Amino acid sequence: MLKKKLFAKFLFFFIIFNSNLLASEKEFLHVDWSFKGFTGKFDRSSLQRGYQVYNEVCAACHSMNLLSYRNLGEPGGPEFPINEVKNIASSFEVTDGPDDQGEMFTRPGRPSDKFVSPYPNVNAATAANGGAYPPDMSVLVKSRKGGADYIYSVLMGYEDPPANIKLDDGVYYNKYMDGNKIKMSKPLMDDIISYADGTKATEMQMAMDVTTFLTWAAEPHLEARHKMGIKVMIFLIILTVLVYLSMKKIWSRVDSEM
Amino acid sequence: MSEHTYVPESKFGKWFNDRLPLLTLSKHLQDYPTPKNLNYWWTFGGILTFCLVTQIVTGLVLAMHYVAHADLAFNSIEHIMRDVNYGWLLRYVHANGASMFFLAVYIHIFRSLFYGSYKSPREIIWILGMLIYILMMATAFMGYVLPWGQMSFWGATVITNLFSAIPIVGESITTWLWGGYSVDNPTLTRFFSLHYLFPFIIFGLVVLHIWALHVPGNNNPVGIDIRKPSKDTVPFHPYITIKDLFALLIFIIVFSAFVFFSPNTLGHPDNYIQANPLITPKHIVPEWYLLPFYAILRSVPDKLGGVILLFASIFILLALPWLDKSKVRSAIFRPIYKQFFWILVIDVLVLGYMGAMPAEGLYLLIARIGTAYYFLHFLVILPVLSSIEKTEPLPASISEPVLKG
Repeated sequence: MLKKKLFAKFLFFFIIFNSNLLASEKEFLHVDWSFKGFTGKFDRSSLQRGYQVYNEVCAACHSMNLLSYRNLGEPGGPEFPINEVKNIASSFEVTDGPDDQGEMFTRPGRPSDKFVSPYPNVNAATAANGGAYPPDMSVLVKSRKGGADYIYSVLMGYEDPPANIKLDDGVYYNKYMDGNKIKMSKPLMDDIISYADGTKATEMQMAMDVTTFLTWAAEPHLEARHKMGIKVMIFLIILTVLVYLSMKKIWSRVDSEM
Repeated sequence: MSEHTYVPESKFGKWFNDRLPLLTLSKHLQDYPTPKNLNYWWTFGGILTFCLVTQIVTGLVLAMHYVAHADLAFNSIEHIMRDVNYGWLLRYVHANGASMFFLAVYIHIFRSLFYGSYKSPREIIWILGMLIYILMMATAFMGYVLPWGQMSFWGATVITNLFSAIPIVGESITTWLWGGYSVDNPTLTRFFSLHYLFPFIIFGLVVLHIWALHVPGNNNPVGIDIRKPSKDTVPFHPYITIKDLFALLIFIIVFSAFVFFSPNTLGHPDNYIQANPLITPKHIVPEWYLLPFYAILRSVPDKLGGVILLFASIFILLALPWLDKSKVRSAIFRPIYKQFFWILVIDVLVLGYMGAMPAEGLYLLIARIGTAYYFLHFLVILPVLSSIEKTEPLPASISEPVLKG
């Protein structure tokens, strides 16, 4: 009896705390991402469009220094054909060297090169963006609570500030940003780019695509992981059943004595 | 031990065994008489051995690709995740493996608390187990620092700063631990070195833990002494091995669910941000398995007092066999202790929850009550209970568990 009462009290407190927590936290927009769930996969064309959004919009300020151009052609990613990967890579100027004379030189990028950063270093990036460093986007999705939903929400969360809030120059109001203030101006507007595959570039479409792309960038082996996970689970469940039956058989000798 | 009379059948076996009695040992492990009424809470010993071996094997391979340097560590982890063949699998098994290891060890410890497995004649097993647990916490803490993310860095800063609370020598100790005047590259490299070493010390302690277990034999859910071997026991192989294997497989299914389908749930997102000494995260929280102790630490307004309580809360467990003097082991026959056992479980869960919350207002108050109760349980309730509790009559053997008179 005592136990039950205590457990009830315990639950009561837990519920109160959790509801407190929820009240203080903003709900992010929820999207039914194709990469969620046990068999989740990336939408290939969305990844390709997402790369285009990144390249034409985000990459003006945000680096992605953990990715190489070759990743764009690897299985489980945007899977651009190898020629296109080479084209993409060679459209960037990469600093290499030193050469035989000890001089640094630039050359067109190769698939093995890392993504070229928009700024030479963090300080330059910070200085060029009003004192706010545009974070590297390689693992951005995994480094934010809420993950893909959070990124999508921030992209869609730009609003006019409420009348009682005064914003400084270069500061913008965002519903989902911590403290509602963000130093990045609204990055996506309808038809700001034109998609190579002819999809209509609405704000929502671009936000979905680029979030998908960033999720892949943060977790490039997600598809391989899900695939292996399903196989491992099936194997384990069959093995567990077999071991269970063996166990019953072995223990029947003992249990019959009891 | 009767095993000494064991003579291998083959000639070579006999020759070898006379010089190094490995076959005698293996025969002992096979025949080891085990109480036949062990329930599934007893399978966690085997599960923990699996966890330790998994951590060591995955850790060995990770160490081949990891670079212990403040500027390179974060990216080398991402290199493992992206470019090393099955590197993502190795790392997610290792990272989630730590959580699984602690999940299993907490069940193992609370099983011991419920069935009185720490009592005479098993005090040494208990103390060895607690030393393993303390080393596990140290190893896990240092391992969490290695990815050099924000939580790594700031967690290391908070924990190593605890030592600065020690009067007079505190500051010097902290500087000595850091290898400098703040958490930096020397701290990272020494943590890596120790993180590599400790598991092997744990392994040695595990051997002693099992050795000490094989002297009196297993406790059992009824908690009475039994004759060995007898009608109450079964040989370890195949009875216990198959049961342990079944439980282990269930455990691996849960483990795999995390690794393959939710590998980052038990971690903190901030650790995917590279360490930055100039930016402090809003809430610095340790991994979930250290949260109850973190709550105890923060519940004291004085730094030194918090540190003392933190260490006391761990070391008090070493004295447990002498705090609980009740002759009856199993809580099944201790109606009052059973209630307090469950209250303690809830208390620790609540402390864990408070450890994850900011230390302010109601959270802090509840953490303080939880801390006070934790010590009350071990220092007052257990000793008093041992003398006043009316225990229920014990059965004469496992085969005839009910003795109603």
